[in-house]
Amino acid sequence: MSKPNSYRTLPDPDGHFGNFGGRFVAETLMPLILELEQAYKDAKSDPAFKKEMDYYLKHYVGRANPLYFAERLTDHLGGAKIYFKREDLNHTGAHKINNCIGQILLAKRMGKTRIIAETGAGQHGVATATVCARFGLPCTVYMGAKDIERQSPNVFRMKLLGAEVKPVVSGSRSLKDAMNEALRDWVTNVEDTFYIIGTAAGPHPYPELVRDFQSVIGIEAREQILEAEGRLPDQIIAAVGGGSNAIGLFHPFLDDKEVEVVGVEAAGHGIHTGKHAASLSAGKPGVLHGNRTYLLMDDDGQIKEADSISAGLDYPGIGPEHSWLKDIGRARYEPIGDHEALDAFKICSELEGIIPALECSHSIAQIIKEAPKMGKDKIILMCLSGRGDKDIFTVAEALGVEL
Amino acid sequence: MSEAIIGGQDRIAKRFAKLKEEGRAGLVTFITAGDPDPETSFEILKQLPEAGADIIELGMPFTDPMADGPAIQEASNRALAAGMHMRKTLSLVRGFRDQDHETPIILMGYYNPIYIYGVAEFLEDARNAGVDGLIVVDLPPEEDDELCVPTVKKGLSFIRLTAPTSDDKRLPKLVQNTSGFVYYVSVAGVTGAGSASNDQIIEAMARLRRHTDLPIAVGFGIKSAAQAADVAKQADAAVVGSAIVSKIAESLDENGKATDKTASMVTGLVRELANGVRNARK
Repeated sequence: MSKPNSYRTLPDPDGHFGNFGGRFVAETLMPLILELEQAYKDAKSDPAFKKEMDYYLKHYVGRANPLYFAERLTDHLGGAKIYFKREDLNHTGAHKINNCIGQILLAKRMGKTRIIAETGAGQHGVATATVCARFGLPCTVYMGAKDIERQSPNVFRMKLLGAEVKPVVSGSRSLKDAMNEALRDWVTNVEDTFYIIGTAAGPHPYPELVRDFQSVIGIEAREQILEAEGRLPDQIIAAVGGGSNAIGLFHPFLDDKEVEVVGVEAAGHGIHTGKHAASLSAGKPGVLHGNRTYLLMDDDGQIKEADSISAGLDYPGIGPEHSWLKDIGRARYEPIGDHEALDAFKICSELEGIIPALECSHSIAQIIKEAPKMGKDKIILMCLSGRGDKDIFTVAEALGVEL
Repeated sequence: MSEAIIGGQDRIAKRFAKLKEEGRAGLVTFITAGDPDPETSFEILKQLPEAGADIIELGMPFTDPMADGPAIQEASNRALAAGMHMRKTLSLVRGFRDQDHETPIILMGYYNPIYIYGVAEFLEDARNAGVDGLIVVDLPPEEDDELCVPTVKKGLSFIRLTAPTSDDKRLPKLVQNTSGFVYYVSVAGVTGAGSASNDQIIEAMARLRRHTDLPIAVGFGIKSAAQAADVAKQADAAVVGSAIVSKIAESLDENGKATDKTASMVTGLVRELANGVRNARK
């Protein structure tokens, strides 16, 4: 594949990132998808929209959050300098809120009066419920019954925020099925409902607009590392489930050719066991949830269940822009298993006094592998996408501790 | 495109011509291939024309049927659990064609299993099996190059779904590249949920007629013979799916297996529906 002059010009007008992306949805939804595309175009060129966005990001979310030098982890590993972009310090404790602010402002512009969302770990559900409370819109969150069991604190949070949490019992009862159910709701309530998709996937224009709303991560991080080190990092790294925090970090750096881009996928029990969520490492291109992208499936095109200790990575697909970045070679994607992520979770907690979400514990685990092999003059910048408080029950169970 | 459209959709055109001659609307019945198991599904399929189905929609099972309600989701799950896959679906059609040369068969489902099969190979095998057309839920006209255009070139019909949200601005795009008939999804929602009122259907038919001369089949939410009859007064065909697969579910034993009543319960309902449709304009 030939290298483009810029990695930052896609998607094309039909929502394609090379061979990936697109608009694979039921006709009932198409007029609304087109309306959303237009509304987003208008909003992007409207200074008032940007001003409003900036206001809420600053005063409500608490941005800009710091770029933190993880000194003790750096010393412990004895190689590259490690920086964390602290998305865990946002209001609601993860990067998800960046996107939710953007989408709810769009929903208001479009005159929509009801919000729906899907959630895996519950972080996106909490972020959506939060902005719905703030802007006074009713909110329904679809969540797999399996995830409801393992993420009960987030379920309660959503309810406190006034959202209705609907358990999804179809299919594998996790994130992909929650997304199916949200799409079914949307197709039934097209007139008044706005679907706040939580990751940079789904039909065009979602992968683009979620990326743009999350790009605040990379834009800030780029300025902050220049200020701290006077130069760009050698490597940027983030965990990918659907891939929204990763694409938000990556995108502003994509044309900085000297910066290596690394995504970390959940290898669950190990890729060889078939029980994992590593769609880029072990899947192939297919069509699901409105876009063409790498998916986990069988030879008949039936979607397989994903498996990861981290509910937020437990999805058999990935945002289409990541599929493109992989194929074109601009980013590499590495698998990290449950056990490695758990070890990294503990190391980060003990050395840095930061309990990281299990999602970004996967990228910490990759750093633990790579940083020692890199020189002390090298810099790694990682997106610490969320705090790990929501995961303590899962971790306790995995470590055999009774709470 | 027009030279290709004439190709292999004879059976659909002939069937609608015959219905017109008889002065009545048609009944389109949906079952999922392989539901509740491949053998029983084949038995049901064979008996549908005699029970009164004028056109058969055969669902291609998929793990993630985003536009379907619980009844068809469960039908898909039953079929997949019984080992159904695309090649078996096509051999089901081949078996049916050995004995019935006239009843059109439309495969209905989602794009991924076709994409993974390989579009060219799938179309070749589908045509050879005796498939007449395709309805693929997640391929709007914006993605026509994927499957719609190759399907029409191959001489099969690509039947488009239109919806209450398809307005006069959208419809010209929807009737492009389409053939066979136009499927009107009468309610915004998933299969098997609410139904449209008579007035809504009359209004929608008028809108669609402004944009196409193709026959129009109306579906979603039709559960009874009386509802089918109401639709048959306005449309060229009425489509029933969830109500039929719910009959299959109802007929199963406590282990979810087919019983000796499974096929007869389905054909019994199809007979009632056909009666409704056939007597609607009398």
